[in-house]
Amino acid sequence: MNPNVEKVDKSRFEPKRPGSQDIAWCPGCGNFGIRNILTTALAELGLNPNEVAIISGIGQAAKMPHYIKVNGYHTLHGRAIPIATGVKVANPELTVIAEGGDGDMYAEGGNHLLHAIRRNPDITVLIHDNQIYGLTKGQASPTTMKGMKTPTQPWGVFEEPFNVIALAIALDASFVARTFMGYFRESVEIIKKAIEHKGLAIVDIFHPCVSFNKVNTYAWYREHTYWMDDHDPYDREAAFKRAIETDPLPLGVFYINEKPTFEELVPAYKRDKTPLWKREPKVEEIRKILDIKRRL
Amino acid sequence: MVEFREDLSVVLGGAAGQGIQTVEEILTRTLKFSGYNVYANKEYMSRVRGGINTTEIRVSSKRVRAFVKKIDILIPFKRGVLPWVKDRISESTVVIGEKENVEEEFLEKVHFIEVPLTKMALDVGSQLYLNTVAAGIVVGIFRGEFSAVEEYLKERFGSKGENVVQKNIEAAKKGYELGLKLLEEGAVKVEVQRDEKVGDEILLSGAEAVALGALAGGMNFLSFYPMSPSTGVAVFAAQHAEDFGIVVEQVEDEISAINMALGAWYAGARAMVTTSGGGFALMTEALSLAGMAENPIVIHLAQRPGPATGLPTRTMQGDLNLVLHAGHGDFPRIILAPGNIEEAFYLSTEAFNLADRYQVPVIILTDQYLVDTYYNLPEFELDKVKVEKHIVEAKPGYRRYELTEDGISPRAIPGYGEDVVVANGNEHDEWGDITEDEELTVRMQEKRAIRKLETIRKNAPLPRLLGGEDAKYIIVAWGSTLHIVEEAIEKLGRDDVALLHFSWLYPLNLEAKKFFEGKTIIAVELNVTGQFAELLRKELGVEVHHRVLKYDGRPFSVEEVLDALKVVVE
Ligand SMILES: Cc1ncc(C[n+]2csc(CCOP(=O)(O)OP(=O)(O)O)c2C)c(N)n1
Ligand code: SF4
Repeated sequence: MNPNVEKVDKSRFEPKRPGSQDIAWCPGCGNFGIRNILTTALAELGLNPNEVAIISGIGQAAKMPHYIKVNGYHTLHGRAIPIATGVKVANPELTVIAEGGDGDMYAEGGNHLLHAIRRNPDITVLIHDNQIYGLTKGQASPTTMKGMKTPTQPWGVFEEPFNVIALAIALDASFVARTFMGYFRESVEIIKKAIEHKGLAIVDIFHPCVSFNKVNTYAWYREHTYWMDDHDPYDREAAFKRAIETDPLPLGVFYINEKPTFEELVPAYKRDKTPLWKREPKVEEIRKILDIKRRL
Repeated sequence: MVEFREDLSVVLGGAAGQGIQTVEEILTRTLKFSGYNVYANKEYMSRVRGGINTTEIRVSSKRVRAFVKKIDILIPFKRGVLPWVKDRISESTVVIGEKENVEEEFLEKVHFIEVPLTKMALDVGSQLYLNTVAAGIVVGIFRGEFSAVEEYLKERFGSKGENVVQKNIEAAKKGYELGLKLLEEGAVKVEVQRDEKVGDEILLSGAEAVALGALAGGMNFLSFYPMSPSTGVAVFAAQHAEDFGIVVEQVEDEISAINMALGAWYAGARAMVTTSGGGFALMTEALSLAGMAENPIVIHLAQRPGPATGLPTRTMQGDLNLVLHAGHGDFPRIILAPGNIEEAFYLSTEAFNLADRYQVPVIILTDQYLVDTYYNLPEFELDKVKVEKHIVEAKPGYRRYELTEDGISPRAIPGYGEDVVVANGNEHDEWGDITEDEELTVRMQEKRAIRKLETIRKNAPLPRLLGGEDAKYIIVAWGSTLHIVEEAIEKLGRDDVALLHFSWLYPLNLEAKKFFEGKTIIAVELNVTGQFAELLRKELGVEVHHRVLKYDGRPFSVEEVLDALKVVVE
């Protein structure tokens, strides 16, 4: 680890707005750690607040845009990914991050995630995976482990937890990683890689919910995870094998698949790289069409 | 002998997949090129093969823009067409075709001109040319320019090779000569004046006009999930995406479509979604987001009958209440409903300026009838089209939701200016951060739902009055029924009846009240409850006295409106 890197100035991502001062996360929540990891990653990448846009859904995790100074859009439960895709394709010069919880991204937003993998916009999807619904006070999420009892699953969850890593690899996603926010430096590096990766990057970030998830605690994540030190992320089969391991759960970059992005493939940018907002309507093309409509 | 003067309606009927559309295209294009005013509208079943679809083509000395019930010339391509249109046939209807396609019972009721379409097609080489033969016959009856038919066939079939083009031309020629012969023999007589100017006009459908208008208005992003009858706009945009340098994306569902478009607007693009009622229903969640976040969005909604999947390929003005009330909470929106193809173009253009200026959802409400109708019209005045942009730079200290007098906060976009832009679907302070403050909540609610709405209302254009200001009767119509009602009033021939047409539906400028004072008001609407009549009451306190409603999934015909008006005013 380069000791200088730690000293990177991330104060430019500190929002000074009145509404940013009273943070709604519970004391001790993993979301604080993720914020720290994210601002460090952005600072180390040398990005400026106005070059980044965080589009979030709804949930505790999705409040991120208010506690960090970048462009932000706090949208609707499950909809961060299509909105982020629209932002990126309208202005590919922006670094676009879609952020939300496991309920946000995997339940309400599940279908969008699947199709975003197919579409492959160059955005980074950060999922704060606390294996529970935080904001709505502790119902099971798609990643809650079997057997966990909650106020709305008093009999214990019997559904299979969602394995986003295996699913994303099965869909030949562009970049798939998992981390635990308790490992600061490793998480910063993974998020930097994800942001730098050209194409859709999915990072599932374990973080404890100290208020509602009494099973998956800081200690639990440390005990039940390990780092993949000897893994080749370009080997899809190997990646898939790791993805279906359950205990301990592997952390690190599972899979990288370099391929053209949505923005590279849409006809809009074939001849011209100007962001959409700078463009003027092509009246001469309309004249051409009307001319054809006149002839025949 | 049957004589037709000035204005004819030619109807072609056949199964889906039988190529009626080709005939329709040959006819409209070449007759227009020959100097005739043309109008075409189709009705079709929700199936890919079989069933019965028909197309009406009106050919006239004067501009024609409205659907009529009567059929002057009918060309059936299969059995079953005559029973399907039996209410539209009279003794003066001429049926041209093969005997096997005309049910016995109709043989004495119509003028039947038997033509050996199949044999003629086979003579050219294949049954496939039957359509082209039929088209040739009709062009012949009008003494249309055959060179235009040739031109068209070359363009249409060019990609399929020289042989296909030549065979089609041969087939059309055979038909054309037969058409001329029918004229000479006096089987029919057709007298419609030509006008050279018409030949030089454009022929455009409602769907194309919406798409072109949007492009002229700077649309550079279109997302959609296919749904009849709105898909035509997406097809057109997709086919021209590269030339215009625009993003056209078919997404996983309507929820994604509108959210992606909201994201695009947030980042400064001019985005539109095209959908129908069922798709819009899925978009209502994001509509509220647009309302709260003051995110501009343009939505084209081509109506078809509901509820639910309703009649997928038919028409209705039944989604006004949907677009009026969709979304939870209070927020303003603008609803436009073009009355004709020109308005479809100009209003689609303007929709983007309005969305940009007021930062609200702007809904362009068309319907199957309008998007599938086309006729000749003078070229648009492109120089008059103005793209007004309202984006500001995010200077240090920028506040996305600054409280202003008129309710409109200057909108910056990410990446333009030094500061950042925070948008939010939660209640927020001026910077865009979440708030639960009582006083701020009140001010933000009032800003969006009252002050902004009033700003829009004040600037809303008035409806168009066609007819005398002192007319006793005011016929109220909105959207695509414009020319149908107009022609009916013309036929009614009374100068105490005027038409008040609305293409800006919401919010209504309160000055519009003046048109109604002391009048007998008749609302003509294509839905079962009179949704616009209700809106007039709610917005302006105007009571409609008579409602002329139709809701069988078919457009109004001029005759139906005329009959209904007669009952009221006579
Ligand atoms: C359409 C819709 N349905 C439900 C909700 C209520 N809701 C808010 S957050 C949330 C789940 C939050 O869980 P998660 O996404 O895991 O985020 P966390 O709060 O744990 O960070 C739900 C169900 C909502 N806001 N919108
Ligand atoms: S509810 Fe859980 S996830 Fe949400 S802030 Fe509190 S501890 Fe964190």
